[in-house]
Amino acid sequence: MNLTLKVWRQEGPQAPGRFETYAARDIEADMSFLEMLDIVNEGIILAGGDPIAFDHDCREGICGMCGLVIDGLAHGPRQCTTCQLYMRNFRDGDTITVEPWRVRAFPVVKDLVVDRGALDRIIAAGGYVSAGTGSAPDANGTLIPKPDADAAFDAAVCIGCGACAAACPNGSAMLFTAAKVSHLSHLPQGQPERYARVVRMVERMDEEGFGGCTNHGECAGVCPAKIDMGVIARLNRDLLVATLKGGG
Amino acid sequence: MAILSAYRTTVGKKIVMAVTGLIWVGYVVLHMFGNLKFFNGAGDGLGTINAWAHFLRVFGQEVVGYAGVLWLARVVLLVALVLHVATAIQLKRLNGASRPVAYQRRGYLQTDLPARSMWWGGVFILMFVVYHVLHMTAGTVHPAFVEGDVFHNLTVGLGEPLAGAFYLTAMVALGLHLYHGTWSVFQTLGVDVFDRSSAIRRAGQALALVIAGGFMLVPLSILLGFMR
Ligand code: HEM
Ligand code: FES
Repeated sequence: MNLTLKVWRQEGPQAPGRFETYAARDIEADMSFLEMLDIVNEGIILAGGDPIAFDHDCREGICGMCGLVIDGLAHGPRQCTTCQLYMRNFRDGDTITVEPWRVRAFPVVKDLVVDRGALDRIIAAGGYVSAGTGSAPDANGTLIPKPDADAAFDAAVCIGCGACAAACPNGSAMLFTAAKVSHLSHLPQGQPERYARVVRMVERMDEEGFGGCTNHGECAGVCPAKIDMGVIARLNRDLLVATLKGGG
Repeated sequence: MAILSAYRTTVGKKIVMAVTGLIWVGYVVLHMFGNLKFFNGAGDGLGTINAWAHFLRVFGQEVVGYAGVLWLARVVLLVALVLHVATAIQLKRLNGASRPVAYQRRGYLQTDLPARSMWWGGVFILMFVVYHVLHMTAGTVHPAFVEGDVFHNLTVGLGEPLAGAFYLTAMVALGLHLYHGTWSVFQTLGVDVFDRSSAIRRAGQALALVIAGGFMLVPLSILLGFMR
């Protein structure tokens, strides 16, 4: 199939960006979106140009490195990671618009690559357990009810790609932050720091310049890990309790 | 103090919006049911809207004086509205600043008109609230206001097509606001049973429709000539 790409090109963090149009020819339906970009880049390199920069690593949907806004949707139309999006989801002759995550807290490094360090700093503000837990304990040494384990796991599957903030009409990173808060708040190991954690992480999230949640649900809509907005309610409740306890 | 420090965060601000919004939801439900007494007709007999208005003023007067409860409610509502609007403005600013470069193409998967109209709908509702108080409570912008004769004030005031249409539009805005806002309160206050078809969400949407529809009956019945 033959496609037209409109791609955001930006030489560096301070450079003004612009859209460039590229022809993607002889693309096979079974190629991934990133493989399609590889082919376009080969063409650009052969012509002596500067290839389109984009993030990727595992290319199997688990690392969270890839992430492009494709035709207005973070990770494109399939609610999977960009690397798991296949060209069969497009039609011959389509024009596809490719943009970086557009969030103030994710400055563009080059072209489609953004700096998602803000997410790391939210984790560093409290998204961990500081107690020494020693080596791996015996299975079931700490009893965790199945519903709690499931809820924790449903939140822990976040791969930190940042699509939630990219898709949010308010540029809010609540789904990401709440996934981590909810994960630890369901587990016994997370209890000692539960309320201090939520306050520190939310404050950090705000300081990074993300917006606030107004329950649009776009985040959960694009999340490749299928994280539910219930985690946000969990964060809200933990913050409310932290406030009532005077932990704010 | 802890409450004040939590208010610094976006989540704390949302909690303020939720609590103040909920106060107003409670109020509009009562107000809407009170309004339905309009259909019991003119005069001040049992069950009429004029009798209801009188009751609201004498209720509790032995303790707090004539219209004391009414004034208490007005103060609570005013404080809640000021907080609700102030937080809305602050959050709107933060949210607007979070994406300096807009997307060239923008798609949506989940959000809907009610969610996306919260801000402008809210601004419209605020304008309506100011007009409505001047129209039906103070009477300053009413063509023939008679203190205490609510039935007369309604039929004359809403019989003007422009005023009636403004009331109807505002109720559409309120319905949209509460369609998203009512269940939003539960999400904001941390009742994490949310999904897009949860019972809480459906109940909130139903309540929004009942409130908007109930309010609209009065201006509609006057404009269509059923009540005069
Ligand atoms: C009768 C008057 C009003 C009622 C009953 C009401 C009710 C509510 C409720 C229940 C919420 C949800 C709170 C939450 O998200 O947890 C809300 C949110 C909101 N309200 Fe109001 N409100 C009213 C007037 C206003 C006014 C005058 C404004 C003025 C600008 C406004 C702007 C907003 C905004 C921006 C939100 C947040 C939007 C979002 O979360 O998506 N509201 N309101
Ligand atoms: S490259 Fe690892 S998730 Fe896409």
